[in-house]
Amino acid sequence: MTGAVLALQGAFAEHEALLHTLGIKTIELREKKDLEEPFDFLVLPGGESTVQGKLLKELDMFDELKKRIDSGLPVFATCAGLILLAENIENDDKRYFQVLPVTVRRNAYGRQLGSHHMLLDFKGIGQIPATFIRAPYITSVSPEVEVLAKEDEEIVAVQYHHILALSFHPELDMDGRLYRYFLEHMAKNASDMASGTTSDKANVLPFSA
Amino acid sequence: MAARDDSPETRYELNKDLAKMLKGGVIMDVTTPEQAKIAEDAGACAVMALERIPADIRAAGGVSRMSDPAMIKGIQEAVSIPVMAKCRIGHFVEAQILEAIEIDYIDESEVLSPADDVYHIDKHKFKVPFVCGAKNLGEALRRIAEGASMIRTKGEPGTGDVVQAVSHMRQMNSEIRRVVSMREDELFEEAKELQVPYDLVKYVHDHEKLPVVNFAAGGVATPADAALMMQLGAEGVFVGSGIFKSGNPAKRAAAIVKAVTNYTDAALIARLSENLGEAMVGINKDEIELLMAERGK
Repeated sequence: MTGAVLALQGAFAEHEALLHTLGIKTIELREKKDLEEPFDFLVLPGGESTVQGKLLKELDMFDELKKRIDSGLPVFATCAGLILLAENIENDDKRYFQVLPVTVRRNAYGRQLGSHHMLLDFKGIGQIPATFIRAPYITSVSPEVEVLAKEDEEIVAVQYHHILALSFHPELDMDGRLYRYFLEHMAKNASDMASGTTSDKANVLPFSA
Repeated sequence: MAARDDSPETRYELNKDLAKMLKGGVIMDVTTPEQAKIAEDAGACAVMALERIPADIRAAGGVSRMSDPAMIKGIQEAVSIPVMAKCRIGHFVEAQILEAIEIDYIDESEVLSPADDVYHIDKHKFKVPFVCGAKNLGEALRRIAEGASMIRTKGEPGTGDVVQAVSHMRQMNSEIRRVVSMREDELFEEAKELQVPYDLVKYVHDHEKLPVVNFAAGGVATPADAALMMQLGAEGVFVGSGIFKSGNPAKRAAAIVKAVTNYTDAALIARLSENLGEAMVGINKDEIELLMAERGK
């Protein structure tokens, strides 16, 4: 299985390093021709959503990626990636993929002094370390979106079909559990559908431990 | 619900993490909210708020200080990306002021007139992060020992001449390669030579890089300059005078942003470099009397 990491700006190398520890190959998406390489899921890393969103469009990658996400490409998104996916952004007029029916607030904890680290209860996994860097959070979700984690009342992790979106950065804490969850529950099914393999066969996965 | 961990160690990690989010990006000097908007729209990953860009500081001469907090706040209001600001080397009260207005990053900068000719700021005393300039590995590790969570080359600010940034990046990387190649028992002596803690030398030896993000700065004026610094190993680029001292700032800024993302694609950089208008005129290091890079070692 190969993950494509959007490498326009931000902390994409950290995602690649974490995926490599799980035995997953990665490619970097920096310009349109990189989309010709085959890959099974997409990673939208942290960074500045304004920069990434602008470059996605100006480097002519936006439409193709949106089409693929719409047709089931699994997506793992952190921080800026969540903003790129959100249908609505409360405090910004810009919109990007709009494939995740949630409303987010950018820089929701304020400036860098509001950045923080904590242990978070994650549905189905338990306590995980969570690093929030000038992070957004989700202020409302449509009913079909599953909330996976909250800090107090604020929603900081959701799943929607083939999309896993987080306010925080498991790649900074080098915690592979959320990726394992994503790969087993979301990326695998999509990859099975694409390759036509049976679910029995696909159950045998190196990261199922 | 678990409490937030607000120990100084965690705060330092969070500050290093913010620098990681800036990687692959361009941080632009701006002097007004309007320029800050232009920079954000052009794809800056952060802006550096200052009253005068380095080229004008050179031209004006005299003592150069931290900017008016009201002016910095105006820029914070204007954009949604991180806002940085400069304080003078050693001027910890200017740094306290910048922390009080919740700046995202403080640049303890040789571009301003140094306030202390011996001591840098003890950056561990602050919750907000610091970036500092360095022209070699020793300077970089000394600043990190003082609490800097990001490093940039000094280059020679306000010149539009990339030669010093190139020389500092090459120097840093060649010293890193030398430390990596050492036997472990040689690292103690190297720490002594560099006048830095052993732990930091050991980190460089083991990881083949600085323990914090390292950007290029000082003299970058064109998309090609920016891509050159990236190919030499910079993790991102500061552009100061190069943008708003040029003929078409918005276009040049956007071109530099794309050149940093796709720094190995010469065909793309060729297209980006077309019709950018006048680059900043620039001055050569041999023509200037004040070498800012010699401030703060």
